[in-house]
Amino acid sequence: MIRTEELLLNVGPQHPSTHGVLRVVVKLDGEIITHVEPVIGYLHRGTEKLAESLNYTQIIPYTDRMDYLSAMTNNYVLCYAVEKMMGIEVPERAEFLRLIVMELQRIASHLVWWGTYLLDIGALSPFLFAFNDRERILQLFNELCGARLTYNYMRVGGVKWDAPEGWIDKVKAFVKDMKSRLDEYHNLVSGNEIFLARVKGIGAYDAETAIQYGLSGANLRCTGVKWDLRKNEPYCIYDRFDFDIPVGQNGDCYDRYYVRTEEIRQSLRILEQALEQFPPEGETMGKVPRAIRPPAGEVYVRIESPRGEIGCYIVSKGKAEPYRLKFRRPSFVNLQILPKLLVGESMTNLVTILGGIDIVLGEVDC
Amino acid sequence: MELDLANITLEERRELERNVILGTVEQLKGWVRSNSLWPLTFGLACCAIEMMAAGAPHYDLDRFGVMFRASPRQADVMIVSGTVTKKMAPLLRQLYEQMPEPKWVIAMGSCATAGGPYVRSYSVVKGVDQIVPVDVYIPGCPPNPAALIYGINKLQEKIRYEAKTGKRVTDG
Amino acid sequence: MSEEQKQNGAGPAEGETKAEAAPEGAKAQVPPAKTEGAPQSGEAPQAPPQPAEAPQQPAAPQPGVEPKQTSGAAPQPAAETQTAAGASQPAAQQPAAAEKRPLTDEEKEARRQAALAARAAKLAAQGGAAAGAAAGAAAGGRAAARGAAAAGGEGSEEPPKPSPNQPKLDRAVQLLKELVAEDAVEEASLNPFNDDMPTLVIRGEHWPKAAETLRDHPEFGFRYLRNVAGVDHETHMEVVYHLLNMDSGDTYCVKVRTNRDNPSVPSVVSVWKTADWQEREIYDLLGIAFPGHPDLRRIMLPDDWVGHPLRKDYVPLDPEV
Repeated sequence: MIRTEELLLNVGPQHPSTHGVLRVVVKLDGEIITHVEPVIGYLHRGTEKLAESLNYTQIIPYTDRMDYLSAMTNNYVLCYAVEKMMGIEVPERAEFLRLIVMELQRIASHLVWWGTYLLDIGALSPFLFAFNDRERILQLFNELCGARLTYNYMRVGGVKWDAPEGWIDKVKAFVKDMKSRLDEYHNLVSGNEIFLARVKGIGAYDAETAIQYGLSGANLRCTGVKWDLRKNEPYCIYDRFDFDIPVGQNGDCYDRYYVRTEEIRQSLRILEQALEQFPPEGETMGKVPRAIRPPAGEVYVRIESPRGEIGCYIVSKGKAEPYRLKFRRPSFVNLQILPKLLVGESMTNLVTILGGIDIVLGEVDC
Repeated sequence: MELDLANITLEERRELERNVILGTVEQLKGWVRSNSLWPLTFGLACCAIEMMAAGAPHYDLDRFGVMFRASPRQADVMIVSGTVTKKMAPLLRQLYEQMPEPKWVIAMGSCATAGGPYVRSYSVVKGVDQIVPVDVYIPGCPPNPAALIYGINKLQEKIRYEAKTGKRVTDG
Repeated sequence: MSEEQKQNGAGPAEGETKAEAAPEGAKAQVPPAKTEGAPQSGEAPQAPPQPAEAPQQPAAPQPGVEPKQTSGAAPQPAAETQTAAGASQPAAQQPAAAEKRPLTDEEKEARRQAALAARAAKLAAQGGAAAGAAAGAAAGGRAAARGAAAAGGEGSEEPPKPSPNQPKLDRAVQLLKELVAEDAVEEASLNPFNDDMPTLVIRGEHWPKAAETLRDHPEFGFRYLRNVAGVDHETHMEVVYHLLNMDSGDTYCVKVRTNRDNPSVPSVVSVWKTADWQEREIYDLLGIAFPGHPDLRRIMLPDDWVGHPLRKDYVPLDPEV
């Protein structure tokens, strides 16, 4: 009589493919996953508690460190929330700068995802390609605000630094190059048989499930739901530009891949238009009272980060510090679907599916 | 082959000086070790991204013989890149203990050095040196990849110096 | 958190016409990228109050002052704010509702008054009404409500722009009362800072049913739960849900209050799966229990952690390490 035993496998928290300190406890029946238990919190730093004793300007650097791959969008969501409460007008030039850096950030973030995802499923060179191009974006950011990763660039009412001379031209050059690079990427990977075998039909779910689990970003759009906050609930000045929302059909890993790479292209499109219309001069800070004290009340704002809907819920009691600050972190919400996707899959697909969700642990744990 | 060092000609002696380096076995080991530092990919937070960027083409850590290893059993140096939380601390210690001797620790970024911006947080360990001994601290939030390379160079210096003199470097 | 639209006491407004209905509530979800979030984009610039005034106003009705006492003067300008929202509202219900409200939450009261005052000021400015009147409204937020109630129909003459979301809010309250329970809705208001987002406070015991109604009823269709946040208000705890209807683009905010000593809010994991981890996070950091949650454990902190850090009175055990 044959008797088999279930194998308990612990993946992480130190694991190169978990993109940080995620731990996944997996039960295996042979190669097939029977039970999954994600354990998070290894990077829980208590940002929300810290924020309660800091004023709004001081919180901005903490948002950088939440989702460290898209610090600009995090900056924006906090500033946007405070601006909304206080009714601060942001000058045109500042809005353009914000939009440009957010879109550059989206490209940079998707490039990291693209590189590491393919690294996870066994292709080394895309990582080298992606990081090379991402380095150019970081250089641009570095020139703009002096930091490569944690920018602390935006302020309530505008941006901290104006674009240095010639910066816009450099961004233009980058956008031009990136377009052809993107085609190269597609040539390199997108049609590759082995790659397709690894991602097609893997980790599929339908739109109903995605909505039930509150997924957002590419994880939602891969199922065909055309929901992008840049279009659906426009913020900043996104309503002035012409771009499409790429959607998938099958909701599998390939569609997520397709949606993200296509988003790079759309971001480039937005950037092209924004750079053309960029106001040659103007203020970069609006009229902001010396002490930023939003009136008592509360606000929930949300924007489209590279990973999905990032929201910021502020409860203010009229003080310089928020009474309660809660971030709706897309990675945290998106990761919930992992157990559902993994059960019944082969162990080799764990990394494919996990990578496809595109999480940043700093944001999951906050 | 016999070599009588007492009776060699001046020319032979010069040739030897050009081609033979004398040193202790310790020094040799230090030289070898310092040029093949294999760090554990211990990405914790933001700094991990800069660590990855340091390994990527632009900065290219491979030039220094630094190859990231995924397993602590194969690693010599642990680059603690990011915030260490109280939940993570025991695991970090465990990973450190899994690494074979000799081993070194680089505390990358201000979080790993002293808690950084999260120093007042309820869940963050204020410096990884409370858990494991640290050889090199790299300031920055996060440090530039160039700073990481500098830190690694410093560690290499330290390894060679210790091998040469037999003294422990405690600070500086 | 704004108008004194306490509708819990009296019956629903009759004359209301539902401006928009989300008919295709429970269809398969492939919405054609609707951008008709008119309230969001259109209203954005005017929604927040004038910054110059706003910061000062919270000072006026400060804690310590019992909400009821503030009802001193300025009944007149109140009417305009009141009618801003629901012109066809039967006015008499206001005082009754006011009485019913638990007195425990002074701060919320103060906050609401401040918001109301700010809004009054803004509307007055917009409608061309005297600025002085607005200031008066600011002074006595509660009085404003009372005044509105008393003044009744008079309000309809004032022209301030009614929020497009007001009919939605009224309709929501009416539906919830009909379908869930008569006392399901504790409070209902529009959030002036957030593009007049309809905000409902629902009684805990009715919350699971209300959640199901909100998700399944074709006029709500909130199949997407955006965010769950827990707030420690020191006097009480609150769980805040932001719901989204992806077809119409409506976002509602729903709050469930609970006491602080033994906080507990029914879980809605069975309604929205996405609430799972979010509720666990709130349980972990704020200590609110969610009966009905399938797996309520700590999620962020280690299992042996003592205390709930996001509570206002949390003291870390080891500040140094």
